[in-house]
Amino acid sequence: MIPLTDSAPAVLASPVITEQPPAIDYGLLSPMLVVFAAGVIAVLIEAFAPKAQRRSLQLGLALASVLGAFVLTVLQVGALPADEAGVTTALGSVAIDRPTLFLQGTILVLAFISLLLIAEQRSGESAFAAQAATVPGSEEERSHVLAGSQHTEVYPLVLFAVLGMQLFPASNDFLTMFIALEVMSLPLYLLCGLARRRRLFSQEAAVKYFLLGAFSSAFFLFGIALVYGYAGSVNFADINEAIGEGGSPLFAGTAEPLLLVGIAMIGVGLLFKIGAVPFHNWKPDVYQGAPTPITALMASAVLVAAFGALLRVFLMAFGASVEQWRPMLWVVAILTMVLAAVIAVTQRDIKRLLAYSSVVHAGFVLTAVIAASPEGLAGAMFYLAAYGFTTIGAFAVITLVRTHENGPEAADLAQWAGLGRTSPLLAGSLALFLLAFAGIPLTSGFIGKFAVFQAAVAAGATPLVVVGVLSSAVTAFFYVRIIVLMFFSEPEGSGPAVIRAGALTGSVIGIGVAATLLLGVYPTPVLDTMLPQPVGEEAEPTAADDGFTR
Amino acid sequence: MELYAPIFVLGGIGAVFVVVSMIVGSIAGPKRYNRAKLQAYECGIEPTPQPAGGGRFTIKYYLTAMLFIVFDIEIIFLYPWAVHFDALGLFGLIAMILFLVNVSIAYAYEWRRGGLEWN
Amino acid sequence: MTVSATATDVYLAAAPPAAAEAGGAILSNAWLLIALPLLGAAVLLLGGRRTDGWGHWLAVLLPLASFGWAVLALIELLGMDPADRSQTVPVYEWFSVGDFSAEVSLLLDPLSISFALLITGVGSLIHIYSIGYMAHDPGRRRFFGYLNLFLAAMLVLVLADNFVLLFLGWEGVGLASYLLIGFWQYKPAAAVAAKKAFLINRVGDLGLLIAIMIVFTTVGTVAFSGVFGAADEIGQGVLTAIGLLLLLGACGKSAQLPLQAWLLDAMEGPTPVSALIHAATMVTAGVYLIVRAGPIFEAAPAAQLTVAIVGAATLLAGAIIGCAKDDIKKALAGSTMSQIGYMVLAAGLGPIGYAAAIAHLITHGFFKAGLFLGAGSVMHGMNDEVDMRRYGGLRTAMPVTFATFGLCYLSIIGIPFFSGWWTKESIISATFAYGGVTGQILGGATLLGAGLTAFYMSRIMFLTFFGGKRWAEDAHPHESPASMTVPMVILAAGAVVLGAVLVYGYRFAEFLSPAVHHHAHEFDLAHMLTAPYSLAAIAVLVVGVAVAWLRYIRAEVPETAPKGNAITEAARNELYGNTINEELFMRPGQALTRAMVTIDDKVVDGLVNGVGTGTRDGSLSLRRLQTGFARTYALTMLFGAAIVVAILVVRF
Repeated sequence: MIPLTDSAPAVLASPVITEQPPAIDYGLLSPMLVVFAAGVIAVLIEAFAPKAQRRSLQLGLALASVLGAFVLTVLQVGALPADEAGVTTALGSVAIDRPTLFLQGTILVLAFISLLLIAEQRSGESAFAAQAATVPGSEEERSHVLAGSQHTEVYPLVLFAVLGMQLFPASNDFLTMFIALEVMSLPLYLLCGLARRRRLFSQEAAVKYFLLGAFSSAFFLFGIALVYGYAGSVNFADINEAIGEGGSPLFAGTAEPLLLVGIAMIGVGLLFKIGAVPFHNWKPDVYQGAPTPITALMASAVLVAAFGALLRVFLMAFGASVEQWRPMLWVVAILTMVLAAVIAVTQRDIKRLLAYSSVVHAGFVLTAVIAASPEGLAGAMFYLAAYGFTTIGAFAVITLVRTHENGPEAADLAQWAGLGRTSPLLAGSLALFLLAFAGIPLTSGFIGKFAVFQAAVAAGATPLVVVGVLSSAVTAFFYVRIIVLMFFSEPEGSGPAVIRAGALTGSVIGIGVAATLLLGVYPTPVLDTMLPQPVGEEAEPTAADDGFTR
Repeated sequence: MELYAPIFVLGGIGAVFVVVSMIVGSIAGPKRYNRAKLQAYECGIEPTPQPAGGGRFTIKYYLTAMLFIVFDIEIIFLYPWAVHFDALGLFGLIAMILFLVNVSIAYAYEWRRGGLEWN
Repeated sequence: MTVSATATDVYLAAAPPAAAEAGGAILSNAWLLIALPLLGAAVLLLGGRRTDGWGHWLAVLLPLASFGWAVLALIELLGMDPADRSQTVPVYEWFSVGDFSAEVSLLLDPLSISFALLITGVGSLIHIYSIGYMAHDPGRRRFFGYLNLFLAAMLVLVLADNFVLLFLGWEGVGLASYLLIGFWQYKPAAAVAAKKAFLINRVGDLGLLIAIMIVFTTVGTVAFSGVFGAADEIGQGVLTAIGLLLLLGACGKSAQLPLQAWLLDAMEGPTPVSALIHAATMVTAGVYLIVRAGPIFEAAPAAQLTVAIVGAATLLAGAIIGCAKDDIKKALAGSTMSQIGYMVLAAGLGPIGYAAAIAHLITHGFFKAGLFLGAGSVMHGMNDEVDMRRYGGLRTAMPVTFATFGLCYLSIIGIPFFSGWWTKESIISATFAYGGVTGQILGGATLLGAGLTAFYMSRIMFLTFFGGKRWAEDAHPHESPASMTVPMVILAAGAVVLGAVLVYGYRFAEFLSPAVHHHAHEFDLAHMLTAPYSLAAIAVLVVGVAVAWLRYIRAEVPETAPKGNAITEAARNELYGNTINEELFMRPGQALTRAMVTIDDKVVDGLVNGVGTGTRDGSLSLRRLQTGFARTYALTMLFGAAIVVAILVVRF
């Protein structure tokens, strides 16, 4: 620590060394604690439970804990103070407010659905490698496959990742956020490399994700350091205040470049996580290589968490310098919406296609971030939730369509021709998901798009919305192309082999269809839960009505 | 600027120390070479020739190294607590016990799943 | 959805006294009207084979319940002051974002409740009939599911309180119609007919859609109250455009010239479908649209006159086609075209014609459904033979069918005091009352149409039930089961008395007046009977029947159609409607396609596909950036970071 003299009192926040133990409201943290405890117990199960019982124990524990955490999260909505946006706890490092609870709830539901998909197995064969540590193609691997080994470490890893996702949008200072980011990311890097088939491909994806993720974390951390230097604090509310006062008095108002470079660096770290262009390159490779259930988890829950963090950082910590960062996000959003949509046009692999589609959707949500308004926040959160359900459903469909009986997933789009004739229900579900991606009315995608674009227009970003609408026209082209391919094309050879959906996968697709339709036809209850009802006016009308606590 | 002065001074002293000690060593040290001294240093293990084409270390080598580092680093967290444990009181004690329990669980996992077996 | 942003409140405020919020429990739960058949469709179509055993009973019960609810709603509506009978029933708020909210609301007024009663009432009867008619069809459950779906969509169409919801129902009935025409999709003719109906309807739908878009951009709302309230403020040119586009939509759905060609082919569907969708309800949607959008047409006289002319032309064209067809269902389809022509003509006359149009629409719903069900009953007994030249003398074999068909026949040709006479007479008198040369010409068309109607309907009647037996060898005609005859009896009863109930004393016109803003004048039965045009109508009726009697009772009827003169041939070929379509649209379209393909092939960088190839080329070159090397990705990120930093830090 830099020795502080009397001449510069409390310029930089002093380390928190108190005679009193810090006040921590365990009730507020309980959803996260439940998931964390379950993760730890899951590790113990791995260590001590007999092999035969591990899967059922792990699955039960994981589902129960995620469900329990969801219930606790919902209970907290009622316990929020009526006259404030929310509360902070643990020395102001975690903020529990409506956006946090909505995002956490969404993440938990999406994680629950993903867990169903992860747990699916057919004749003892799951989507995960029998023993990830074995060399692909080796004798050892074969012996594990023959012995019917199961990779049950998946469950604790998912639980830890979920913990990170819960904390990510709730963190109220940059250190907590960084820890959340890593807790979320590290298990995901591993999970990406566990695919049962095409293992080298999967491991390549994991290594790429890890390398680039570490790279982006470095940016993020560097940005934190710069912003800390500027504001003298890592706490979001303090940073926002410091920006209003022109930075730490130490620099006498000359340190703005420090802040701006800091915002840029932190932005890079967060934009990487949501996969915005030009930080998107990992997405297609990773989505394609990862086991499809993990891809579903990443495309839904992780995206929600990353956007939640992005929203909190840009709207809260950097809320006072919105004019500075807005042009930067404009450029990123336009690049994201245009380039990703254009690249997606010529994709041949369905998972890569959906990866690019996810990039485009990130661009759409960015328009709501740029709006920097309560409507923008609400629109973004609704979009993310709606997109999460739809995308899990779409990936669940992908797990069922194989090149041939007992073969790997039919990656090449050409193999999907004629699916509508052999399995109309499955193809119909996918068609619905694709229409929702395209934003057709009466699907959740329409409401989401409408909400974010409406918010952007209200904030004066009309050109951005024009670009967005044009881009969604391009994306509609390739979504519809898949539908045409499935329903109106002659199948190649014998056509794709569709394996019967198990109860788990079937319910995942069912939930996806139901949510996509329900959120499209009757979205009001969800839209209403996201922001505090405008009854009690906040103390600071401009600062607090975005629904975030400080 | 004067805030950073001690850092620069420290850096300067460090650089001077390195240069001076290398020079002094090369001047004052005795030079009696034998076979063992000319070999690359490899923790006292008999150096093994690399197979043609580079070859690979067995994964166990990295695994053990990483496991060591993990537990080694965790111990660092004990230092701040040790410095301030009186101020943190019962809260600090419980927190640290929880922390150690968690680390032990990781250790138990490693041990039970054969991470420590060398074959 | 009532689109009401703050900016549009201006328009909403200018609207006439907005429809009152629904009060009673029946009206405020009017969504049940739609939800009940929709539930049936969902259960039957999603439930799969499990519902095979009892599905059709559910499918009958739900529309009946919906009908009951509509009756209760009517009673509640009648209990109100006439001025308050326009009730907006909010169903739910679809979504609200920022200061923009989209709500789904229903409009219950005399006009929509009349339609709701017709749709659910006749619809229920046809459901009951279908139990017998489709008893041996393996796809019966699917059939009933589609029928329920149709009812729900049709109810959405007529109960919507805004253009967008109306359009949703409009598309829904189009879909249901497509599914039902092609129900026997293994018959190539049915599949082709379904496709044809779908395509021609698309043209009309496009017109409606563009009209809605113009409305929204000019007025800023799509709610009926807002749009019609602002009709005076819209420019004449825009209003005419909207009117003509709405007419185009109406022409597609109601099979009016020039979009009539699909209706005759649509008879490939099962007969109850022809009765319900292609005679009684769906094809009247165009009339509903024109009457509902009355304020727009009233403000755009050019468009309104076009409506009347289209109606007059179609009523003659349909009648001529009906005269020449030997297929009983196609002859009836021609008749449907013609009768809807009457309604469109009346709707094009403005407020004086609205009540007449809707009243005729309702009585037509009964007698035409009765005629179709009768035709179905005949086909049922004759091994699905449709050629009338193979019928003859069936009155003894099928007494109930003969009686009901006969009553409906008397009604449609306009024998005084039958339903058809009351309502058709209203249209004829409204046409002559329109005044001027236009009124005289249009009136002449209605009279000529009445004569033709008498001829072709008598032709059908005589060929089917009178004369000698010209049956196929294996034909054993028999009366249909009770589930089929009971609905026919009820419909025939309606065909006899309903007209008097509606028209006597202009009761219906009075009831309708709050919805169409027109008050009927004094009712005068003696005038109705003795006016010159009424006598003329009866005269042409007698002539028409007499000619038919001479040709089909007195003369021998050959079993194959003899070669006719040019007019007969034209009528047999549906006045060359298909040929015209082919020559005017299909062939040029094909030529255009070929030309496009040539341009596509020869001028690779042509403007036509320049954008497409541009995107694709851009995509391909951008794809090359995705090398798969982590190092390249990291480098991209680094560049990206540099850009991001530059945008933030560099000040211009």
